[in-house]
Amino acid sequence: MTAPALSPVARAPRLTYRTREEIAGWLLAGPWILGFLLFTAGPMIASIWLSLTSWDLLGSPKFVGLANYVRMLTDDPSVWQSLRVTTVYAFVSVPLTVGLGLIVAMLLNENVRLQGVFRTTYYLPSVVAGVAVALLWRWLFSPDFGLINAFLAVFGIRGPAWLSDSHWALPALIIMSIWGVGSGMVIYLAGLQGVPTALYEAAELDGASSRQRFWNITVPMISPVIFFQVLIGIIGALQVFTQAFIMTDGGPKEATLFYLLYLYRNGWVYLKMGYASALAWGLFIYIMILTLLILRSSSAWVYYEGSTRR
Amino acid sequence: MSGSTTVGLAKPAETAAQPRAGFWASRRRQRSVRLLFVYSLLIGGAIAVSIPFVWMVSTSLKNLGQVFLFPPQWIPQPVVWRNYYDAVTVVPYPRFFLNTVFVTATSVVGIMLSSSLAAYAFSRLRWRGRDKLFLIVLATMMLPTQVTLIPQFILFRNLKWIDTLLPLIVPSLFGTAFQVFLLRQFFMTIPLEMDEAARMDGCSILGIYWRIILPLSKPALMVGALFAFRFRWDQFLEPLIFLNSPRNFTIALGLRLFQDQNLTNWNLLMAASCVSMLPVLLLFFFGQKYFIQGVVISGVKG
Repeated sequence: MTAPALSPVARAPRLTYRTREEIAGWLLAGPWILGFLLFTAGPMIASIWLSLTSWDLLGSPKFVGLANYVRMLTDDPSVWQSLRVTTVYAFVSVPLTVGLGLIVAMLLNENVRLQGVFRTTYYLPSVVAGVAVALLWRWLFSPDFGLINAFLAVFGIRGPAWLSDSHWALPALIIMSIWGVGSGMVIYLAGLQGVPTALYEAAELDGASSRQRFWNITVPMISPVIFFQVLIGIIGALQVFTQAFIMTDGGPKEATLFYLLYLYRNGWVYLKMGYASALAWGLFIYIMILTLLILRSSSAWVYYEGSTRR
Repeated sequence: MSGSTTVGLAKPAETAAQPRAGFWASRRRQRSVRLLFVYSLLIGGAIAVSIPFVWMVSTSLKNLGQVFLFPPQWIPQPVVWRNYYDAVTVVPYPRFFLNTVFVTATSVVGIMLSSSLAAYAFSRLRWRGRDKLFLIVLATMMLPTQVTLIPQFILFRNLKWIDTLLPLIVPSLFGTAFQVFLLRQFFMTIPLEMDEAARMDGCSILGIYWRIILPLSKPALMVGALFAFRFRWDQFLEPLIFLNSPRNFTIALGLRLFQDQNLTNWNLLMAASCVSMLPVLLLFFFGQKYFIQGVVISGVKG
């Protein structure tokens, strides 16, 4: 009864659906936009400015121009060492895990029984991460009582001191990274199952061998997936921190001085906030360059279905 | 071996019928050899991949004497369950656990709420600037985090939030690019007619989000939440930077503290590692389907 009387007040500025949609769009995306400005865009701008200063967190930042960048490029061998370590790690561990992941996925795709059980088993190590995994592998690599050297001893091989040997520490971390082979494997398996069987049947009728089918059908068809995994993998590998911090602390003799570890030390151990910011931008630019190179190279080896006919 | 000799012997006798039978026999044999090869590789790999877990559990149940036996023993004798009790009491482990649960739970809820709202705006609503902003979402996903780490640290320091759990929670409440992306991709697959029908029936914009989109997207929401959970649970660098006093530590930091105090007590260290992995492993077993789906969605749509 009272509703009609109220309605002129309540419904006075009735907006069209389009306008409400426009407002709602901004409002609902609002939290994310705000978060982006506060915790990503703002800090990025601040970081550019900080990288041009010298600041130990006490007092106020002192503007030093490009001095941090000059020092980074010309006067700090540890930067180059950490860049070398990180790059070697990324460019060995990523192809290894991608290649092995692809092999496991192809084996699983052979219509094996218990596919689900195998898939879970291989994927399991990718679920766990962080300090617990780093501790576990430190124990596995223990020179005298670790499982890996015990296994080698069965074949009469005296294993190296792994994490405390400057020649073997980085290879040890690479071996550890292979444990995560499952996350890529799951993706390749899905990719392989998406390849139309008609292609294989046609190739078989034409007398293509299994090797030819692999290189001429399988690889091109799932190359976009491989490409994406390589890209994401390399970006991730360039930002390794936890393993290096927990297992080797950068040593021995800076053999595992990963870039992010060196950045952390400069920022939070030596309290050089300006220099650490410059280091962060150095890595940022390095990652961008590598990403562009990988993207550029992709047209040569990645096949996108439908993009060949223009 | 014996198979090839019988074929060789049979050959001169029945040349007419034999080529066909021989062909099939060898074809089948070829296939079983191939399967044997496939299975042995798969089983070998599966064993290699599982051994670290088995070894962790085995070590966690030994006494120190057994830990340093060479060659190593697989089955502890006696089984020392007490290690688990010691591991969680030597350092204030329950406290770390509670902190981590608190940080993870609030972050995950915040991430899922804000990200799903944003994803809804990006996928179902038409508004100016939408597509450009979505490109920024994509770019943020690729952005290496260390560029923002130092200014964030300074920001939280000025807010007097250092050594509180706030820096680990508050940024999540605004949503994360990965979850926005994941949910948006999923929302796109829901037919638009659903929204229109609901609109005709007088459903508001938020009503459509709450009554139509969310209930239809349970799998994607599970995937997003599981990923957020795993990431927050294992996070190490941020807690390391933002937290100082042990009473505020998360499990990751607690484990490091534990490591420094028990350098060679590998049995206790493995027990502690085991405990900290358990929640993620349990969640994985219950939500396995979603987990693997999520990996596939985020990996193939590149």
